[in-house]
Amino acid sequence: METLIALVTGTMVAVGVYLLLQRDLVRKIIGVVVLSNSIHLLIFAMGRMTRASSPLIPPGQKYPPEGIANPLSQALILTAIVIGFGLLAFSLVLIYRLYQSRGTVDADAIIEATLGDE
Amino acid sequence: MGLLFVVFSGFLLALVAPWLTPHTGRAAGWLYGLLPAAITGVLASFLGRIAAGGTMQQSYTWVPGLDVNLSFYLDGLSLLFALLISGIGTLIFVYAGAYLRGHHHLGRFFSYLSMFMAAMLGLVLADNLITFYIFFELTSFASFVLIGFNHDEAPSRRAAWQALLVTKAGGLALLVGFVLMQQATGTFQISALLESGDLLREHRFYLPIVLLLLAGAFTKSAQFPFYFWLPNAMEAPTPVSAYLHSATMVKAGIYVLARFHPVLAGTDLWMWTVGGIGAATMLLSAWLALQYTDMKAILAYTTIMALGLLTMLLGLGTEVAVEAAMVFVLVHAFYKAALFMAAGAIDHEVHVRDVTKLRGLWQRMPLTGAAAGLAAVSMAGLPPFFGFVGKELVYKAATAFAPAPAVVTGASVLANVALVAAAGLLLLRPFRGSVNEITEAAHRPAPGLWFGPVVLAVGSVGLGLAPWLLDHAVLGPSAGAVLGATVEPHLALWHGLTLELGLSALTVAGGVAAYLSWTALHTSAPFQQLERWLGTGLDHGYDHVVDGLLAMGRWQTRLLQNGVLRRYLSTVLVATIGLVAGAFYHYGFFGGPIAVGEVTAYEWILSLLAVGGAVGTLFFRERISLITSLGVSGFSIALLFLTFGAPDLAKTQFLIETLTVILVVLILTGVSQVEGSLTPTQKVANGAVAVGTGAVVSGLVLAVLKLPFENPMGEYYAQKTYVEGQGRNIVNTILVDFRALDTLGEITVLLAAGFGIYALLRLGTAPDPNAENDPAPEDASPQSEPIESSAPEQTPQQVS
Amino acid sequence: MRHSVILRTAARLLVPLMLLFSVFLLLRGHNETGGGFIGGLVAGISFALYAIAYGTAASRAALRTTPQQLMAVGLGIAVVSALLPLLGGGALLEGLWVQWQGIKLGSPVLFDVGVYLLVIGVTLVVIYELEEHNPRLFPDVSLG
Repeated sequence: METLIALVTGTMVAVGVYLLLQRDLVRKIIGVVVLSNSIHLLIFAMGRMTRASSPLIPPGQKYPPEGIANPLSQALILTAIVIGFGLLAFSLVLIYRLYQSRGTVDADAIIEATLGDE
Repeated sequence: MGLLFVVFSGFLLALVAPWLTPHTGRAAGWLYGLLPAAITGVLASFLGRIAAGGTMQQSYTWVPGLDVNLSFYLDGLSLLFALLISGIGTLIFVYAGAYLRGHHHLGRFFSYLSMFMAAMLGLVLADNLITFYIFFELTSFASFVLIGFNHDEAPSRRAAWQALLVTKAGGLALLVGFVLMQQATGTFQISALLESGDLLREHRFYLPIVLLLLAGAFTKSAQFPFYFWLPNAMEAPTPVSAYLHSATMVKAGIYVLARFHPVLAGTDLWMWTVGGIGAATMLLSAWLALQYTDMKAILAYTTIMALGLLTMLLGLGTEVAVEAAMVFVLVHAFYKAALFMAAGAIDHEVHVRDVTKLRGLWQRMPLTGAAAGLAAVSMAGLPPFFGFVGKELVYKAATAFAPAPAVVTGASVLANVALVAAAGLLLLRPFRGSVNEITEAAHRPAPGLWFGPVVLAVGSVGLGLAPWLLDHAVLGPSAGAVLGATVEPHLALWHGLTLELGLSALTVAGGVAAYLSWTALHTSAPFQQLERWLGTGLDHGYDHVVDGLLAMGRWQTRLLQNGVLRRYLSTVLVATIGLVAGAFYHYGFFGGPIAVGEVTAYEWILSLLAVGGAVGTLFFRERISLITSLGVSGFSIALLFLTFGAPDLAKTQFLIETLTVILVVLILTGVSQVEGSLTPTQKVANGAVAVGTGAVVSGLVLAVLKLPFENPMGEYYAQKTYVEGQGRNIVNTILVDFRALDTLGEITVLLAAGFGIYALLRLGTAPDPNAENDPAPEDASPQSEPIESSAPEQTPQQVS
Repeated sequence: MRHSVILRTAARLLVPLMLLFSVFLLLRGHNETGGGFIGGLVAGISFALYAIAYGTAASRAALRTTPQQLMAVGLGIAVVSALLPLLGGGALLEGLWVQWQGIKLGSPVLFDVGVYLLVIGVTLVVIYELEEHNPRLFPDVSLG
């Protein structure tokens, strides 16, 4: 399964990078989302994937049963998802404001306008 | 405790001085002077112990893992320098209070000054290379703010920058040298390091260590060809010049040479480099001093001459040379601080420092004149002054220097001839004769202005008459520390009719002749040419270097920082692809058979949906289809998480996906499509970069998956979750208990993002007032919006 | 028409349930799936839903405080729970637990409450501010 995820991750990274290299700032942001999703999968695969039970300790016991899913990679990804959302929200608002002041979300047009101002 | 007080009390005063000063009235200088006086007292109480051969050590752990400690060490050498810093400091504090009386930034000035003093004391007492370096840089910084104290004047700012850049460049070299020293000896502790001289001199790092340390010492102590910053630093208020740029800070470089003398000296490299540069600096600057008419410029160049002499003596490295250096450190501090303060007092009274315009000041400022007179005679090295004792010792060291006695003696005598003439210029020109239109305005200066010079002048006489007072208490321990051996010096004023006495007589005669022919000398073509090359010339050279650096920076910025994010990203990614692919090639990873393993149909579908949704975002032009496609990918990933035992992840991913869709819809309703697109070539290039990156990432994951899996941390957390964390959800317990510090950092970032969004949306624009009358947003042209809302936002920008 | 009766009716029913559910997720998070992040997101989305149905002003009124205050208080609670163990001579962020009638309360739970409030605040600050900046995004309250 991890092998399949490795390929899924690679494809999604390629898509994310291609979007990041666009002129359209909105597409760049979409690229960031795709890229972070793929990296979450990557961490998940690196921590090994099992169809085993969730990393929970059953009531009445002190130690988890054998063969639970890896909790460490999950904790890492959970943090990454939430931080990623903060980043996404901020970038979206930034683009929104940029659009208001510049009238476009075309990165090249904004650069040209900015350099022209100086 | 004592050492801690010595080092840190100055920093405390620096913190409170700005608030305290408005309440101290006219007594600020006298009041603050109590602190350095108290420090001097504490240090003096250690004299007996140090003279008896003891040392003191105090250490506080700082970064134990790196062997970096806040540790202090007091031996003869550091005690001599520390006493100078606090002793002269006392007089300077008193003097500064009078000199800058009523200045509206007096509190700030005292804050800087005591910070400098504390940094300097920390430097000479430091027992750890890193502590040493930090204090060394602090003195550079304090010097920067003090030189630039009159920051509304352009020359002050330039001089401050110049001093900072030159000494910081040296400081960086010093840091590298220190690290190499640690690599060679295995310790950062200076007192331990001083035992490993033989190891260091044999080590393959010896040459770089010496060169790097010399770079630090020579820039700090204004040696050829770096001395140009010191005359410019005279832009500082005179108390600063007197304290930093004559008596103490510039001696930090000398201290470096002396401190590491036991482990680095004793080789030909050291002898010829240090001795040679020192001698060249001494000779050049002594004669350059005669090219100027500004009292502070003359004092600056004679200071460089003294620093050159000290460097030369430490380069010679014989017992008598080191003793001469230690005596001359004291001699010079006494007469030079006194002369600077006297020059400042004159400047303070008549606002002129040009020796050709001043005369007759003796009638108006007798006490200052008397002090300046005594100090100048000591500088000229006439008996029975302390300067004479020092110069005799210098000549003794020069004539006894076996490899090249004639060269060293000749250079010393020539430099001292110029020094005698300079002393004449500083004393006779301003004070002799009757007052002229400039000097008749002079008043009798305030007590604070003559107190320091008088104390130092009296000291110069006293130590000249009774130099043996220093033998056991100061000179023996300090010279001993530099030589790494026990010495028992015997200073005396009168040695009988010796060769040195004859050289002294020759020096004085030459000096008088130079003084009498000074007008002809400083207007003569060769000497003016010398000044153009080595005085202002080096200064211009500095400008060229700085301009060159800036030009290189601009070129480099245009090349790399062209503002097109796409290009930065491509550069980084192509480099990454190259490096990883290179590593794969080198370590022999090229796929091998790819076994997908056991995958259920459900998992296949989810994986394909995740990929398909992502790929879809490439093709949809409509924003809403784009978002939908993205959502498909995100939700499939959430389901994948759920399938593989990660319900917390799945829930979070679902919720975040939902919010993302809401947000994107909210924002993109008002944002138009982009018309311009990339050229086909750009598309192909981007595609290549994207595919390459994806391939490399896949390859990396596959390579990692080939390795055996070990998860000690995950295991640890799983086992401890209930027993120590009182929780049964392992992921949650990791987040809020085991790794809660990470989570704390994470939510702080979230908070920052939240407030950033708030600020972005609240600042600048008010909500569009026409919005409620316009219920059909779809019809609103996207172009009309920016115009409406950008109008109010530009107004405050223009105002500011 | 952008406002919908169905949405409003559903929201009136759903929002309290979602809020209750979010507190449930938060409190059981230490033992079962859930936690501050998830709970906070659910609560944030419930207020967002309310804003979509009834307008931001109504949603703000229902919140009774500002998202900025929620964020600040949330981080404050987390920091306090981090510092609490220091008072007893423990290490920063060390777990402190008390047991009372079978219910276990500890500083990690307090920490999670801080996370919960902060996540609600961040979610809502984006949604409220964006909507108020461009009020045509949500249905006009005056119509209903």
